Amino acid sequence: MFRFLLNFDFVKLQKLLYFMSDSTEKGFDVKGEQGFIYSRLDDIINWVRANSIWPQPMGLACCAIELMAVGGSRFDIGRFGMEVMRFSPRQSDCMIVSGTVTYKMAGAVKRVYDQMAAPKWVIAMGACASSGGMFRSYSTLQGVDKVIPVDVYVAGCPTRPEALLDALMRLQGKIRTEHSTKELFSRNRYC
Amino acid sequence: MDRKKISSAMPYLKAREAADGMESYDCPPDKLLEAAGILKDEYEFQTLDDIASIDMGPDKPSGARFGAVYHFYSHTRKMYLRLCAMCPDNSNPKLPSLTGLYLSADWAEREAYDLMGIEFEGHPHLARILMWDGYPYHPLRKDFPLAGLPAPLPDSFDGNYDATKVVPAPMEGGPFNASQGDAFAEKREPRSHAQI
Ligand code: SF4
Repeated sequence: MFRFLLNFDFVKLQKLLYFMSDSTEKGFDVKGEQGFIYSRLDDIINWVRANSIWPQPMGLACCAIELMAVGGSRFDIGRFGMEVMRFSPRQSDCMIVSGTVTYKMAGAVKRVYDQMAAPKWVIAMGACASSGGMFRSYSTLQGVDKVIPVDVYVAGCPTRPEALLDALMRLQGKIRTEHSTKELFSRNRYC
Repeated sequence: MDRKKISSAMPYLKAREAADGMESYDCPPDKLLEAAGILKDEYEFQTLDDIASIDMGPDKPSGARFGAVYHFYSHTRKMYLRLCAMCPDNSNPKLPSLTGLYLSADWAEREAYDLMGIEFEGHPHLARILMWDGYPYHPLRKDFPLAGLPAPLPDSFDGNYDATKVVPAPMEGGPFNASQGDAFAEKREPRSHAQI
C-alpha cells in the first residue's frame, strides 16, 4: 500500500482517499464538499478497468488446476476484483491461457480471443502457454504468442498461484499506464 | 485357462513368449476376427482392454513392419489374454476391425490409424482421433521425427490461416536437450534462437 501511495500525486491521492473513505455515505453525498473530484480521464478509466478485470479461464491442461486454486478461498482472486470468471468470451476481458496449446486447439483459442470485446488482455500462464514447455513435439504450438498477443508471461510448470496473482497485479500495473482515452477515440483502436 | 484347449480350437494361434507371464499368442491377421469371436463367445473374454500398435522400424528389411497387440480381459476368469497380429503388407498396413465384436475397439483402432497409419477394414468411421483431419502424417511411426514436419493448419483456423504455421519444433540435437553449462538460459534454450 505504501508503494501504491508513493506512485500517486496529490490529486490522485485525494481521489484515492475519497474512494477509500470508510463512510459510504460520504462517498455518495453530492452536496458535501467531496461531491466532485479532479483527475485525468485516463486515470479514471484505467482505475476502473484495472480493478474489475473479468478473466476468461482458457484452461487447457494441468496449469488450469492452479488457476482454480487461485479462484478458491485460499488464494482468493476476489481480493483484486477479478473473481468474476466468465466462460463466455463476450463477457470477459482477460484471457488466462493456462495449459498446453496444441495446433488443433490453437485455432479455437484464436477464435475465442477474436470474439472478446476490446479492451482485452492475455496472460500466458505456465511454461506450455509461454513457449511450448516440455512439449517440444509435432503436435504442440510453441507458445501461444504465435497466434495471439500476450501481455504477461508467467513461468512455472505449473505456475504457483502466488505467481499468477503477481502476474495479475503486473497486468493491473500495465493497465494503469495505458492511454485509454486516446484509444477510445482513435479510429483503429483495439484497446 | 487351458492352453491346450485353445490351441486345439484355434490351431492357427502360435504361443508367444511374454515377459510378464501373460497368455500370449501370435495370430495371422486374416484369422483375427475369427479368433476374437471364439475368445468372446466360448472363452468368456468379454472386454477388449487395449490395442497397442507397433512399428518394427523402416530399416529392418525382413519381416512385417506394422502390427497390433490386442489385450482381452475376462471378468469371469479374471485374466488377460494377448493376441499379436502383424500386417502382411508393409507399405499399406491393414488389419480387420474388431468393432463388430467389441465396441471398445472403435476409438482404439482410430488411434492406431491416426498415429501409426494402420487401416482397419470394416471400421464404421475410421477418422483421425487425436490429430486433425487434414494432417498428412502418422506421427508415431519410427521414421517420423519427434519435432514434426510442416503441415497444413487445422480447420479450426478457419479464416485465420495467416495466424501461424505448423512447423517443426526446435530441438537442437534431441528432445529436451538444452546445452548444459551455458551461463544464460537464453543461450541454453533452443527456442530462444529458433528461426520460426
Ligand atoms: S506448464 Fe507444466 S503444469 Fe502447466 S500445462 Fe504445461 S505441463 Fe502442465
